[in-house]
Amino acid sequence: MTITPPAPGAPVAYHDPVRQALVRRTARRNALVGMASLVGFTVVVVLLVTRTTGWPIVQETFFNGQQFVESFPGLLDAFMLNVTIFLIAEPLILVFSLVIALVRTLRAPIFLPLRVIATIYVDVFRGVPTILVIFLLGFGVPALQLQGVPSDPVFWGTAALVLSYSAYVAEVFRAGIGSVHPSQRMAARSLGLSVGQTNRYVVLPQAIRNVVPPLLNDFISLQKDTALVAVLGPIEVLRQAQIDASSTFNYTPYVAAALIFIALTIPMTRFADWVQARMARRQRAGGVA
Amino acid sequence: MSSLLDVTGVWKSFEEQPVLRGIDLRVDAHQAVVLIGASGSGKSTLLRCINGLEAVDAGRIVLDGEVEVSDPRVDLDQVRRRVGIVFQSYNLFPHMTVLDNITLAPRKVSRVPADQARQEALVLLERFGLEAKAGDYPDRLSGGQAQRVAIVRALAMQPELMLFDEITSALDPLLVGEVLEAVRELTSGGLTIVMATHEMAFARDVADRVCFLRDGIVWEEGPPEAVFNEPQRPETREFLARVLT
Repeated sequence: MTITPPAPGAPVAYHDPVRQALVRRTARRNALVGMASLVGFTVVVVLLVTRTTGWPIVQETFFNGQQFVESFPGLLDAFMLNVTIFLIAEPLILVFSLVIALVRTLRAPIFLPLRVIATIYVDVFRGVPTILVIFLLGFGVPALQLQGVPSDPVFWGTAALVLSYSAYVAEVFRAGIGSVHPSQRMAARSLGLSVGQTNRYVVLPQAIRNVVPPLLNDFISLQKDTALVAVLGPIEVLRQAQIDASSTFNYTPYVAAALIFIALTIPMTRFADWVQARMARRQRAGGVA
Repeated sequence: MSSLLDVTGVWKSFEEQPVLRGIDLRVDAHQAVVLIGASGSGKSTLLRCINGLEAVDAGRIVLDGEVEVSDPRVDLDQVRRRVGIVFQSYNLFPHMTVLDNITLAPRKVSRVPADQARQEALVLLERFGLEAKAGDYPDRLSGGQAQRVAIVRALAMQPELMLFDEITSALDPLLVGEVLEAVRELTSGGLTIVMATHEMAFARDVADRVCFLRDGIVWEEGPPEAVFNEPQRPETREFLARVLT
């Protein structure tokens, strides 16, 4: 069989069929080799692990099917509290940190006190471990017995997460603002836009777009850190797992709780990857700006 | 009679490196003044000072005999509504469509109703042959199209004075023509223009007056025929000989 290629300059894409078949064959072979290697490796690891002398007791303690089934519904219920904490904290963090980041960009002398406060805030809360902030607020503030101030541990745990995470996220936003080229600001100002209008319409939309991937990363991290609120006592998923584990001397509930977290963070992680890849593609495609 | 733009004795240094050294420049209404000179002669800095993007160290810049741009207390947003500037690197807003780029300042600064701003923008786009690009994002434009959109964006604020800062220097040579054509269209419409450029043939063609800048002052100026054909000073001759080869 002979194939006649189109004349040079013809307005069609042309792929040499022989070459294409070769490329396809190689791709198929690569996929097969990869799959076989993965399966083989997994079998070897599983065999090695399950044949060790300690395996039965490990399985009994961490991977007990009956324990899993018994504790799972309760854990899932308790996890709703984690989700609630996350859903309340996240929007607050976004708003709070954006305000802090903007305050830190203000240059007018009248704003100096605000700028100093914002800088000290970020320095302090980035330096203090989140769990310490939770202890301080969750046990400390209710101990003051102030009137009208809530003593609910969930409230203070969430407040501590907001305080701690806002410091980080503010720095993410500040980096985003810094990533917008100064010529954009200059162009906006040259059209007569005020500093505020320039930020609102020109700088922030670009800044926020630039930091979406790191922001998603911080969201994922916050999802996990809702478990830290457990130290204050409310029955969220980690606390529930602890109760189950200590009443049966079996650690399967911890593994179950871990699986619940993973089930939520993996889709989020994939989503973050997808957003990042899409933005990288856009960046490569985009030229003139 | 005062002129539209009066620059007298303006000094400007960057980190103790003087760029403008007591420069004078007068521009009457409806004139097109072209600034020529080597890189670093102060053309761009002068334009930025006129728009208030850079503060001057000494001297006066007066707009229309009434607004002193060089006064540190002046409301620069007011100045910038009257003085448009287009940059070498377009500086379009990448997250907005062409239409939004153009209507942003009229809507937010001049408080023109969105519908009217849109209509006016479309008229301007059509005048420069860009009506098909209204809904596109800047990354879909060629350099020449992007620069013409930048010109339209500045025009949409209806400035009395338009500044062009080497607007063809970043362009593919094939695209320079369409941008210069847009500028020619503006000069024939009677808009007052100050333009820094390396396009000598174009300068000769459209300029009412040519100013040769050197070391931060106007070294020689006059009608284009005089400056290009019979330059009076040896430095002007030397510069022209270098760029006109």
